[in-house]
Amino acid sequence: MPKVTYIEYDGTEHQVEVPVGLSVMRGAVNNAVPGIDADCGGECACATCHVYVDPQWLERTGLPEPGSQEASMLGFAAAAEPNSRLSCQITMRDELDGLVVRMPEGQH
Amino acid sequence: MDTHVALDPRKDAYSKPLDKLDVSDPQLYYTDTWYPYFERLRREDPVHYTPESPYGPYWAVTKYKDIMKVEVNHRVFSSSDDFGGIRIEDPPKGMERPNFIRMDPPEHDEQRKVVSPTVNPMNLAKMESLIRERTSTVLDELPRNEEFNWVDCVSIELTSRMLATLFDYPLEGRRELIRWSEIAIVDINAPDAPVRSEEERFAELVKFTEHMNVLWEERAKRPPTFDIISILAHSDLTNKMTMRERMGILILFLVGGNDTTRNSMSGGVWGLSQYPDERRKVSENPALVPGLVSEIIRWQTPVIHMRRTALEDAEIGGKPVKKGDKVVIWYISGNRDEDAIDNPNALIADRPRPREHLSFGFGIHRCLGNRLAELQLRILWEEILKRDLQIEVLDKPVYAYSNFLRSIKSLPVRLAA
Repeated sequence: MPKVTYIEYDGTEHQVEVPVGLSVMRGAVNNAVPGIDADCGGECACATCHVYVDPQWLERTGLPEPGSQEASMLGFAAAAEPNSRLSCQITMRDELDGLVVRMPEGQH
Repeated sequence: MDTHVALDPRKDAYSKPLDKLDVSDPQLYYTDTWYPYFERLRREDPVHYTPESPYGPYWAVTKYKDIMKVEVNHRVFSSSDDFGGIRIEDPPKGMERPNFIRMDPPEHDEQRKVVSPTVNPMNLAKMESLIRERTSTVLDELPRNEEFNWVDCVSIELTSRMLATLFDYPLEGRRELIRWSEIAIVDINAPDAPVRSEEERFAELVKFTEHMNVLWEERAKRPPTFDIISILAHSDLTNKMTMRERMGILILFLVGGNDTTRNSMSGGVWGLSQYPDERRKVSENPALVPGLVSEIIRWQTPVIHMRRTALEDAEIGGKPVKKGDKVVIWYISGNRDEDAIDNPNALIADRPRPREHLSFGFGIHRCLGNRLAELQLRILWEEILKRDLQIEVLDKPVYAYSNFLRSIKSLPVRLAA
């Protein structure tokens, strides 16, 4: 099963197996990884599953389409960066095995 | 009014012809009898057209999933005052109070981004110790063995201090802010309304704005600080605002910054008095407090509805909505939707996925102060548990006459010595 490494703001790492087809957000929430709130449950309707994708992985995860719902929600997240994504919008696939994402200081 | 109260709400809700079912009546919230009306709509007609109401025809959207669909589709479902704004009642003509909650992109986005940092988690972390200190003081000074109003002595007391901090307003004047907040949001037909007409309300809000504008102009001349008035006075996007725009955005922070949290502070005490086993659970395991806070916010649902206006023909839950139609999303109903939330009428301290509720709204207009609200409520419950305060509720809450805010006016309680 592909693995994802979630790194909390304080540097604590969590390596979690995330089944193909599940979102990176669910992978964290189902395994009680702290730092991802996911208030809307994966509807791309808040910005509280915000993560920074490790730059090495950006090509494979991609960035949100300009003007998309994800881009507009990320526009209101605290401390968004060019490598910001909403983790509910990244679906696990085999080629993402080893993905590294970092969590922001807080979800807003 | 009294005839209404005497009715059996369940009988009334299920015996009316469906097209006569109008959930906009503020009386339903004043008497807290709204439950069976929405229950019937969710079962029989979840996206319900009401052809006649005091606010004109409207669609009532009552299921969690349908509400979510409207929330995320801001391109079709507008919040703009140009089409009627965010409440079932249109804004009074010539007396509009524009602010970003009543705007669509791109104007909405620009204004929201200016003020958003005030309440982001990084800034909130700096406020935690101050909030805890104040909460401790207020709780420690409460009378013992005698009746008092929890709303006034705790909920308003704490949120008014928070509001004064957000505005950097003199602390001793905090109740003036509460009075203006009440004036800004009250239903003028409420039996205890401090203003009786839109003109009277507007005149008071002009006074409020002139008063706050003195602070605004002073802060514009001083180096920037983190309070909301200073941020507005220093941002290039907002520092040239007209008086009416200043009125609008100051009112948004005034009401948003206290009223909703106040009602969750009161609603939680009422709720746990109805579910004593849940209080016991939390007392035994204070780690449940963050989940309890989300659950209280869902259970209370401080904002009853939001309104949108369709900018083009659309479909919601299989119903054809026409361009120009008024679409009202009833958070109070979505948060009681059996298909989204198990046993939704119960307050359950350790409910799974407690954050998935509609009380803050979703999409681009999602409550900006949500993390501040949660922080204040978390600290309140942590401090109540630390003191093991036994709060005996002596009577039912008195609710406000309003179809917009589910506001608790009084909750008589007594603390054991």
